[in-house]
Amino acid sequence: MGAPCDRCEELLQDFLDRTLTDAEWREAEDHLGGCDYCRRRYRFEESLRRYVRTSSVERMPPGLMDKLAELRGLDATA
Amino acid sequence: MSEPGPDTEARRIATEARDRARFEEDALGLADQVYRVARRLVGSREEAEDLVQETYARAFRSWRSFTPGTNLRAWMLRILTNLNVDRGRKVQRTPQTQPLEETDYYLANKVASAAGEDALETDDVVERLSQDSIVNALSDIPPQFRDVVVLVDIGDFSYADAAQILDVPIGTVMSRLHRGRRALKQRLAEEALS
Repeated sequence: MGAPCDRCEELLQDFLDRTLTDAEWREAEDHLGGCDYCRRRYRFEESLRRYVRTSSVERMPPGLMDKLAELRGLDATA
Repeated sequence: MSEPGPDTEARRIATEARDRARFEEDALGLADQVYRVARRLVGSREEAEDLVQETYARAFRSWRSFTPGTNLRAWMLRILTNLNVDRGRKVQRTPQTQPLEETDYYLANKVASAAGEDALETDDVVERLSQDSIVNALSDIPPQFRDVVVLVDIGDFSYADAAQILDVPIGTVMSRLHRGRRALKQRLAEEALS
């Protein structure tokens, strides 16, 4: 893949973080509009991020909350 | 200056007890979120439980150093990440290699060459990664990168909050985040496609 795709790859993380400048944003969008290769990879990255986030909706183990509540009132000198 | 009378002293004690109880309730209300970050910073559920308990013990002891009205979640997470760093020094996790500077398309390219370009358009490949593979991949990346990825991508902290929690400049958060995500993808590729 040539230089425009390398450049698009460079912009990927900031694109998804929405931290690109307006000019960079246009640059990425222009390229993505005509490049399947990059578009597929952006889409993949987006679903990967969603997955990483939602893979972590694990609840606290039962009983931990009670243990934490028991710690209330701990003395600074203890 | 006159000594405070017994009434003033009693009022002070009552106010302090109330402030403290309020702090403790607020902190306990964040337990789910604190646990969630802890779970992704350490290798096992048991370690995460220990880390959360240590965090709350320290927070409750030093509640006076919290400034009411500031970000309690960030304050708690700062205690947690500091404890985790201390712990890491003691426990000596398995030796960690520096992440290779793989590019951002690394995992996508691996998937495409294994399953075809079209595979990138569906969520199938991503969904085939198990929870365990995320945990394993995270535990394999160097801690300074892992902390940032966990805080921002899982804990939903802003760059600014993460910078405050880890006590590093915001630019450092951003560069560690970029490198950490690349390292994560590289590990996921090894896990998923090996």
